[in-house]
Amino acid sequence: MKYLIDPMDLSVEEIDNLISLAQDIIKDPTKYQNVCQNKILATLFFEPSTRTRLSFESAMLSLGGKVLGFSNASSSSSTKGESVTDTIWTVSCYSDIIAMRHPKEGAPLVASRRSKVPLINAGDGGHNHPTQTLTDLLTIQREKGRLDNLTIGFCGDLKFGRTVHSLLKAMSRYENVKFVFISPKELNIPEYLKKDLLEARNLDYKEVNKIEDVIDELDIIYMTRVQKERFFNEQDYIRLKDTYILDLKKLENSKNDLIIMHPLPRVNEIATEVDDDPRAKYFDQVQNGRYMRMALIMTMLGLQNEVSK
Amino acid sequence: MKIDSIINGIVLDHITAGKAMKVYEALGLDNLDCSVAIIKNVKSNKMGKKDILKIDNDFEIDLDVLGYLDPHITVSIIKDGKTVEKKKLQLPKKIINIEKCKNPRCITSVEDDLDQVFYLANEEEHIYRCMYCESRISKD
Repeated sequence: MKYLIDPMDLSVEEIDNLISLAQDIIKDPTKYQNVCQNKILATLFFEPSTRTRLSFESAMLSLGGKVLGFSNASSSSSTKGESVTDTIWTVSCYSDIIAMRHPKEGAPLVASRRSKVPLINAGDGGHNHPTQTLTDLLTIQREKGRLDNLTIGFCGDLKFGRTVHSLLKAMSRYENVKFVFISPKELNIPEYLKKDLLEARNLDYKEVNKIEDVIDELDIIYMTRVQKERFFNEQDYIRLKDTYILDLKKLENSKNDLIIMHPLPRVNEIATEVDDDPRAKYFDQVQNGRYMRMALIMTMLGLQNEVSK
Repeated sequence: MKIDSIINGIVLDHITAGKAMKVYEALGLDNLDCSVAIIKNVKSNKMGKKDILKIDNDFEIDLDVLGYLDPHITVSIIKDGKTVEKKKLQLPKKIINIEKCKNPRCITSVEDDLDQVFYLANEEEHIYRCMYCESRISKD
């Protein structure tokens, strides 16, 4: 595996292997603590994201590797007008693997053409975020014990939310998964995903605008933040940001084994009273993110069968 | 109106009425030194009205461009005054530098030297998407 740009770059079998490796790491992380000794991860964040960047860096450090990089575009040569391709070409001379985030959609695909080392898309605009998807799949597998025969509800910003789009594409490959989209009409799931993915493959889905109407059907509810930076108009943001807030009252009729997921950061779309509820799994996702990124870095460096001596 | 027959060249028939100039520009016919006839709004039993282009030169025509613009165009190759070949058009799987992505969040909006590449996402509905950001081409 040379590049991970889109979650669909991975076959179901490759995802299974990554999940198995991540689960093995969780069992005994010390076994893997020196696997990436003398390897360097470059984290190139042209757009700030503390969480994802730290998760990548923590993963590499936990494998005994080293990290370098920048955390926003102002500290890179892109401010001097350097193209993404040239930046990546340069950095691939200094590192063994690259994780990049960029505000422009498609930037990692362009970058991958010139990278001499494996490259991971750590998020490109509102487009893809494959490592979040892998993290989400690991969380679902750990909590539900399966990735098929599930009803998953996506709630909030389904129009711009790249985590939703990526997870939807990945889950669409498993048997008997039903999708429920809960959003205001301004933030509905894009038409192309409905047409080219859900309808083209005859998948079971429905769109509603209230959480309470469907909460009893769901095995998973995936909450998302209404992100200010995705709006061109601040008034639209202010009008919509508080629309879908999950609290204990809305959860009253849920299944006992429902799991509540969120890619984080949260603003107020999940009330803090939910945090201690056993159904809340969003901080477990954060922990899983580190293990999944460890599994991914190892696999992309061809070290998946290595354990520390 | 009388337009001379061509001896060696290409006739593009059944162009959707009003699209001839777009085809002319997309094929770069303004760069040719030969005679080119643009015939607009010709009566057609099948289409009501149609446009025709007659190019008095035997040149390598980009069938992908034509197929994308209008897959119903008939391409006739003329040699010594006779039609020697009729080419059928198909929607191309990929088009390069024919359209420009209009998504302001797409990487092509800031990096000008990138090729504008679109792939055929849905053949039935003629939907093309940007290879970089997956935005759909909005046709005028």
